[in-house]
Parts: sequence; structure tokens; C-alpha cells
Amino acid sequence: MAMEYTEQVLDHFMNPRNVGEIEDASGVGTVGNAKCGDIMKMYIKVENDVIVDVKFKTFGCGAAIATSSRATEMVKGLTLDEALKITNKAVADSLGGLPPVKMHCSVLAEEALHAAIQDYKDKLERGENPDAGEEIKYV
Amino acid sequence: MERIYMDNGATTRVTEPVLEAMLPYFCQTYGNPMSIHHFGHESRFAVEHAREQVAKALNADPSEIYFTGCGTESDNWAVRGAAYANIKKGKHIITSVIEHHAILHTCQQLEKEGFEVSYIPVDEEGILRMDEFKKALRPDTVLVSIMTANNEIGTIQPIEEVAALCKANGTLFHTDAVQAIGSVAFDVKKMNIDMLSMSGHKFHAPKGVGALYIRKGVRLQRLINGGGQERTQRAGTENVASIVALGKAIEIATADIEGHNRKLAEIRDRLIDRILAEIPYTRLNGHRTQRLPGNCNVSIRFIEGEGILLGLDMYGVAASSGSACTSGSLDPSHVLLAIGLPHEIAHGSVRLSLSDENTLEEADKVVDILKKVVERLRSMSPLYDDFINGRTEA
Repeated sequence: MAMEYTEQVLDHFMNPRNVGEIEDASGVGTVGNAKCGDIMKMYIKVENDVIVDVKFKTFGCGAAIATSSRATEMVKGLTLDEALKITNKAVADSLGGLPPVKMHCSVLAEEALHAAIQDYKDKLERGENPDAGEEIKYV
Repeated sequence: MERIYMDNGATTRVTEPVLEAMLPYFCQTYGNPMSIHHFGHESRFAVEHAREQVAKALNADPSEIYFTGCGTESDNWAVRGAAYANIKKGKHIITSVIEHHAILHTCQQLEKEGFEVSYIPVDEEGILRMDEFKKALRPDTVLVSIMTANNEIGTIQPIEEVAALCKANGTLFHTDAVQAIGSVAFDVKKMNIDMLSMSGHKFHAPKGVGALYIRKGVRLQRLINGGGQERTQRAGTENVASIVALGKAIEIATADIEGHNRKLAEIRDRLIDRILAEIPYTRLNGHRTQRLPGNCNVSIRFIEGEGILLGLDMYGVAASSGSACTSGSLDPSHVLLAIGLPHEIAHGSVRLSLSDENTLEEADKVVDILKKVVERLRSMSPLYDDFINGRTEA
């Protein structure tokens, strides 16, 4: 267990970066479910097509928390297109790798980010202006 | 960093008297117990002395004790061996849904080989449903295997009642006592136990040695074929040093079961009482009193077990969990699901398991650390957010 995790994974687990919520997020993505033991919720703040801020909350194992944390660190400051190119493998690799059974956790991090970006794009299409930080109505 | 070991259900430390007892059997007394010379005699004497120690702890005859490689082997042998030895009498086996995988996977394999197995459910506290058990017992039931105490939630089963019903039905009764040695006083004669499995490393002997008690007259098919060791029933050169250790360890573990239970129950109750009182949204898994004195298993809502274990480990506390992430599968523990926990609550379980070496002070430190770990993980949990903000119900 603990032995299988790299120093980087344990560091991100113990000192996660960007934990929290963004009140006026441009996009929010939630993936996973409690039944499987993993839920990731990612908030992004977008300005001029750039992710200027990103926060997360995760219910899950050490790898789930560490990959959420690392993914937020990696996408901050990137354009949306650049952020979409960040793969789960890139997140895992940058943590020195994950045990094979934990690779699905890094997939969730990628999916949560993609969901948040999609949420942002959907709002743009609906004519809402998430950049203005107006209250988002969920249906 | 001071480390606190509360994972004695996984394995225990080999204590000094046990190590001391076994050490001479590496470099000084190394003969093969099957050999006819002096070297062999010395080893044979040591093995037979250990057999007497085990027999005495169970109120069995030494000739009814067979040494094995581990608790899993003992379980496999008892179930598979009894099933095949009685195949002419019937092909029905009864066990419970919360047995160790050493029993469950053996039973599932036997089903593939044409046997029929009934898996008896347990109630919310993990106690065998006796009504269901009675309904399942049939004239062609050749074997019943029910654990004495559950390894995860510590629930102690009514095995005497089960054994009496088996006896009346002419059915063999096996119990997996791997977690119970040293905490439950056994008298295999009085309790009508036909077979009993144990594992040395759960009571301060080393890993890699177990034993199976087989009542005189009970016939089992052999699992391991080869030489004539263990009265031809279990081949393979005896693991002399470890067998000596197991004998010494069971002698120590059963010398004062009451005192041991009193001491451990006090520490256990401190853990349980403080966790339930001081950490909101927690629940005890397993029966409150009908449980192993050294077992505390709690579910902590809105967070996941592996995260809790990693957090505890960072502060030097060793525990275990029934979460999927620690079982290597996608489902949480079959035991926690069997007592009716929803997946998300089963995922957040933690087991603290004690030995005689733990103290009340350690229990207090562990609870203090657990509180910090839980608070930190909950602050990161979207489930906790939703709950606190009223978006989900309690």
C-alpha cells in the first residue's frame, strides 16, 4: 500500500494543492460516484480562454487525491486547448507513476477536468457568460 | 516518530519468549524429525512437544493436531478434505457469507466441482442468522464451516449452538478460529468441534505455520501428498522452528485468556467510545459486546478508507480498512456489505486491532490522530460539502 506510492504521490496526498471551491467558477465538473469510492469535483475559472484558477474536492483514496491535486497544478495558466491535451498518463508520470491498480484514479482526474471545461463551453453556448461570474443555475 | 501498531488482526509481532524458544532449531537442533538418528530425535521431540502444547490449549489429544503451512491451508484442507472424504454421503456444504476467503473461495471452487454450498446470511451486527442456518441444514449436509470470530468486524459467532445442531444431524463441524485463539477459550470436546483451523502469526508466532485440529475418527482427503509426515496426512518436512514457536505462542496466549480479554476490551472500548463520541457521523461495525476484545471497526462517513490509512500512517499509526482500494478489487469488503452497509459507507471503514502489547495511552493517541486525519480528509471531500450544505440527507 503505502510502499507502492512514490514520494510525489504521498507529498500531494499530504499537502494537496488547490483544494477548495471557486464560488464564481466558470465551469464545474463532477465525475465518479460514491458507490465506487471515488468522486472528483473540479472548479475552473476561465479568463480570455485561459484557466486562471482551478480548485478541487475529492472523495477517494490516496491516489485519487494526489492526482486531483497534481492535475490542478498542471493546468493552471494553460489555455483550454492546452489543458485538454493533458492526459491521465501525463499526470501519473509527473507523479513518478502510480501502481497499476490505481491508474483509474488518474483517469478520473482527466475526466473531471474535461467535464469542467465542457461545463464552461456549454454555458457559453447557452449564452450565459461564466466569465462574468454570474450565478449559475443548475437544472 | 513514535509508531503505534494497531493492525494485529493482519499479523502480530513475534515476542521474545517465542523467538527464544524457536532459535535453537535453526543452528543447533537441525535434524529432520523423520530421521532415525540423534539429530532427528531431538527435532521429533520438539515437534511432538509443540503438538502437546496445541492440544492442551484446545483440550484435544495430541494425535488430533496436524501442523500446516498457514491458516489458509488449514481451512482449505478442512473444507475440501471433508467434502471429498464424504462424497458418498452427500454433496451439500453450509458456510456463512462473512467467512474468510480461504473458506469462501474454496467453497466456490467446490461448487464448480459439483458440490452444493449454502451461504448463510448474517444480521446487521454480523451474527449468523440461526433461523436461516436451521432451514439450510439437510440430511445430505456433510460439512458446516462457520468461523469462531470474524476477522474484520470481530463478531463472535454462536458456534456451540451450530455445532450441537451439526452433531444431531450427523454433520461435520469445522470452525476457522484463526482470529479467535487467545481470545476465545476452546474445549473442542465440550463444544463438539470436529475441525478447527489456526494460524501462528495471529498470536505472536511467525508467519508460515498453522495447525488443524481433526477429531479422532474424522476422515479427510489429503491436500498435500508426499512423505509420511503428520501421520501420513500432511506431507512435507516439518517446519520445526516455527512449529516450536507456535507451540510456545499458544501456551502463552491461552495461559490467561480472561486477563487478556479484560485488558484488551478496556483499550478497545476506549477506542470505540471516544471515536463514536468525538468524531461525528461514525458508526461501529459488528456487535457491541459479542466481539473480539481486540477489535474496533468503525465506518467514518464522507471519506475513503485508504486515505484514512495513509493519513494515519503518516502519523505513525498502522491500521487496516475494508475499502475497495485496499482490497485490490472495485468492491469494498464482502463482510461490510453483508451487514448491510451501503458501498459508500463501507468504503470509509477502519479496523484497529489490538494485541497484549497495546496500551490505553496508545488508544488515546490514535483517536487524537484519527480526529486530525478525518478532519483533513473531510475538508477535501465533496460528499461532506454536500452533506453539510444540506444537499444530501443524513
